[in-house]
Amino acid sequence: MSTGTTKLDVVVSDVVPVNELVTRFHFRRRDGQLLPTFSGGAHVVVEMRDGERTRLNPYSLMGSPLDTREYTISVRRDDAGRGGSLFMHRQVRPGTEMVVSYPVNLFSLDLRARKHLMLAGGIGITPFMAQTAQLAAQGGNFELHYTCRTASLGTYADLLRERYDRRVRLYHDDRDERVDLDRLLSSQPLGTHLYVCGPSGMIGWVRDRAAALGWPPETVHFEHFAAPQPGAPFDVTLALSGKTIRVDEQQSLLEAIEAAGVDPPYLCRGGVCGQCETNVISHDGKFIHNDHWLSEEDHRSGCKIMPCVSRFEGRSLVLER
Amino acid sequence: MAAKSIISRPVYGTLSPQPGKHHLFVADAEGALAIADLAAKAPTDFFGGAHIIFIPGRDGKYAEALEALKPAQLYLGHSFASALPRLKQTLANAHMGLRLYLAGTEGLIGQAMQAALEAGIDHTSIQTEHSGSLARRMQCVHCKGITENVTTQPATCSHCGLLLLVRDHYSRRLAAFQGVCINAEDRSEIPPIEEVFR
Repeated sequence: MSTGTTKLDVVVSDVVPVNELVTRFHFRRRDGQLLPTFSGGAHVVVEMRDGERTRLNPYSLMGSPLDTREYTISVRRDDAGRGGSLFMHRQVRPGTEMVVSYPVNLFSLDLRARKHLMLAGGIGITPFMAQTAQLAAQGGNFELHYTCRTASLGTYADLLRERYDRRVRLYHDDRDERVDLDRLLSSQPLGTHLYVCGPSGMIGWVRDRAAALGWPPETVHFEHFAAPQPGAPFDVTLALSGKTIRVDEQQSLLEAIEAAGVDPPYLCRGGVCGQCETNVISHDGKFIHNDHWLSEEDHRSGCKIMPCVSRFEGRSLVLER
Repeated sequence: MAAKSIISRPVYGTLSPQPGKHHLFVADAEGALAIADLAAKAPTDFFGGAHIIFIPGRDGKYAEALEALKPAQLYLGHSFASALPRLKQTLANAHMGLRLYLAGTEGLIGQAMQAALEAGIDHTSIQTEHSGSLARRMQCVHCKGITENVTTQPATCSHCGLLLLVRDHYSRRLAAFQGVCINAEDRSEIPPIEEVFR
């Protein structure tokens, strides 16, 4: 019951190393038809069948929404992660047949905005690749501020500068270049919307400053896919299905539930959309909440969990699933 | 207080100080009281970054109460129409960080919001508080003319003369309630006219 995640059979048409950490993957439909249309900021969930294991990771579509002959994603290698990015980097080749979901957009442009101010950090640049292409085609007014660690890790920085010239401003950590955020936020014309994608610390910083400087919440958009973090294994009882399952170190709770043959709803698999929200019937232990969906109150209450990214440590956990 | 009905009928809240760098108030008549109430809850330096556009109305009350708040700018207008160029100019030069507060009659809130929407502010970002008259700004859906200060149900269009049912159906874009001919089948049929929007 994966709401909105109708599947697409695709084949990898190209694999392009971008820099020492990032590789780009191109997908085309196996039947040669056009892919479904999408808007800038959309992501697809990529199924990675790795022997016995299936991982489902969300990646932003970074191609132009005007071209649906192919979907492109950029994957940053995460050596300490659960292995999804390593699988993509090591095992996926041109010609590999894969399955991806229909695109879903949880980070769309608000086209009523007079101006779009975009802040990207690191691999958080990918949704802006599609959004800038969409806006440029419509003569939209945008400005992109992109922070990267070093010039060589500034994924697509050269391309963006070439395409959009002074509408793109680059900041390099190794040169101590920093966004003058308060000044930037205070000098925007009325009707500007703000978009931020990058590490969670950056998103938190930008949201806090924007709120303090009087940006209404509806003008501030952010996306942070919290990739599921590995952790200590734990046992869970699924009360409705009458099953007790073990969540392995490298597995998410959602993946463990699916592996047990239970089919819960999901959409983003990154802790932002709210689809997989699950009620807790009882627990004896500590939750490790990693989502951006539940309120702090929900987190404290211990009554709900987002199984796509959150974990548990303790004696027992019973879920209404 | 405006009663809740269909979803397009605006509902109003209570002004409260918002985080921001500049604060723009537009109010008429008793709307000044809402600003004074907000002042009681606001941080001390709040009105140092405030601009108040106030239309006192015929009796000229409340202007002194607003002056006492020592706003950076206080403008007293004779009518909303005469204050509108100033409002538009202020919005055109404004930056993000400006917060907008509207208080007073429904016609004033609606028309100031219309100018704000045109300047790119989302209606959900605007603080509103209703006080005073419930008289309606009405658009005749037939001739498109706007009749101000409608207090009766039904009401006569001041442009084409049709007798109109004043609906709760509201247009933010036009800042007006919709008026629809009440006796289209038989114009000689005149329902009782009551004063309901006081």
